[in-house]
Amino acid sequence: MKKHIELTENDNVNEDNLKVSGKRKDKNMKSKKLGSILYIGLVFFFLYLPIFVTMIFSFNSSKSLTRWDGFSLRWYERLWTDRDIIAAVWVSVSIALLATVVSTILGTITAIGLSKCRKVLKEWILNVNNIPVLNPDIVTAIGLMILFSSIGFFEKGYMTMLFAHIIFCTPYVITSVYPKVRALDVNLANAAMDLGATPFQALTKVIFPMIKPGIFAGILLSFTMSFDDFVVSYFVTGNGVSNISIVVYNMTKRTNPTINALSTLVIIVIVITMLIVNLVPMLAKRQDKTNMKNERNTK
Amino acid sequence: MKQFKKLVVPYIIWSAVFVVFPLVLIFLYAVTTGGNSLVNIKFTWDSFQKMAEPIYVSVFLRSLKLGVITTIICLGLGYPLAYMISKCREQVQVILILFITIPMWINTLLRTYAWISILQDNGLLNSLLEWLGFGKLHFMYTDVAVVMGLVCDLLPFMIIPIHTVLTKMDHSLIEAAQDLGADKWQVFGKVIFKMSIPGVLNGVTMVFLLAISAFVIPKLLGGAQYFLIGNLIEDQFLNVGNWNFGSAISIILALAILLIINLMRKVDSDGAGGDEE
Repeated sequence: MKKHIELTENDNVNEDNLKVSGKRKDKNMKSKKLGSILYIGLVFFFLYLPIFVTMIFSFNSSKSLTRWDGFSLRWYERLWTDRDIIAAVWVSVSIALLATVVSTILGTITAIGLSKCRKVLKEWILNVNNIPVLNPDIVTAIGLMILFSSIGFFEKGYMTMLFAHIIFCTPYVITSVYPKVRALDVNLANAAMDLGATPFQALTKVIFPMIKPGIFAGILLSFTMSFDDFVVSYFVTGNGVSNISIVVYNMTKRTNPTINALSTLVIIVIVITMLIVNLVPMLAKRQDKTNMKNERNTK
Repeated sequence: MKQFKKLVVPYIIWSAVFVVFPLVLIFLYAVTTGGNSLVNIKFTWDSFQKMAEPIYVSVFLRSLKLGVITTIICLGLGYPLAYMISKCREQVQVILILFITIPMWINTLLRTYAWISILQDNGLLNSLLEWLGFGKLHFMYTDVAVVMGLVCDLLPFMIIPIHTVLTKMDHSLIEAAQDLGADKWQVFGKVIFKMSIPGVLNGVTMVFLLAISAFVIPKLLGGAQYFLIGNLIEDQFLNVGNWNFGSAISIILALAILLIINLMRKVDSDGAGGDEE
């Protein structure tokens, strides 16, 4: 009860401050607010224009990408029978999944090891790790292209694309997991091992659960980085293996509304995933807050 | 705990082979001649000298120009937006920022593809202009189209760092400035903008770097004859087949970008009084 009074007192102080100049500015504030809503709306319109256009014209009944000729689902039907697109979706999804799994494992164990390294070695590794992040995509791409063609070990195609994706995803996993590892209490793993855990148990039962948010962020980042990639894939692929980006790139010369249907599906999947990933924790937090408030009130 | 140290060994080997070695290869190609066979390899700086030829200089200048224009437009559009978002209620902010990031997750190719149908000669934008009574304009394969595509793609990279700085700002400083008699514009210019400079620098660096190394957007919206640095590199590798020259350009591009990043970091830490660790 006392806390509550303190809170309202604080609020009053703030309100008094505002009230002095508040009334005069009220009208001004309102038009200002309207202005900023309008501006935010305009910029969002610009950002989302290509996305809306894609989605709307994927339901167009004619081949035109500019004139609306009525609603139809024919491009979605076409999608299921277009072999190139189905193959590309398969390549994109399977490479994104495999690259995410491998780079998450590699990145996570590296991040854990990194925190135990000597300072010089650690900084050296972190600097090297930054190279693919800072380098323009195209430089990474041609570096890998030269590498794969000079080794001659891999035939250009699915495997080279997969390796390339693991290579550019791993640094992102390391940069999202490493800060979490660094924030860990050094003594936790030692305590676990003193209590009889093997190093492997200490890793899986103590360290992993605590760095889970970092790993999760790494998974999300590397999956989307891989799924979205065009430049690196374009340079390292061969033998007709294409992911979605490459198919779209090759189709830009002629209009093909099937791509719009595919885009729409991709957009819907991504938007739903992003909403779930971002809003569920927020709602959970709010739920916690209201629960806490309710508890306090009943007390 | 010491045994975990060994966990870095796989990545050391991995990054030596797949991160460092490709760079060494690019460098090797850049300073040699003789194409792809190792037998008649010869060291030379020819590839670097070739870059001074007027055609290539004009490509670099055009990339630079487009990078600067894109960055300025992104800053001009993005700063007010970030500022207005930072004035909203907290929950509204989270949602707005989420909706700014969503396009970043959607394939650039797919979004650029839509721009083509908007900007075409008989595309949506021209239909709108005609309907409004203006004549048709030519957008595709011009600087305007490329800049529009780049701005749409890169704007989030400008908004997010600025918004982050603005929300982390100590609001008591603004109140202090107001109490000491500063008017609205003084508060903005001398307090808010100054404190948001690290975010601005961050955003400017990101947008500029991504814009000058862009490759897909200029190609799709600028046409096959439209050359920026990225397109020049692609052309050398995939069409001309001059890997030596392509490598030399890549080296220059990578070094330039590294230089800009370090410069920006230095400006940032000087400005902030070196309060980073």
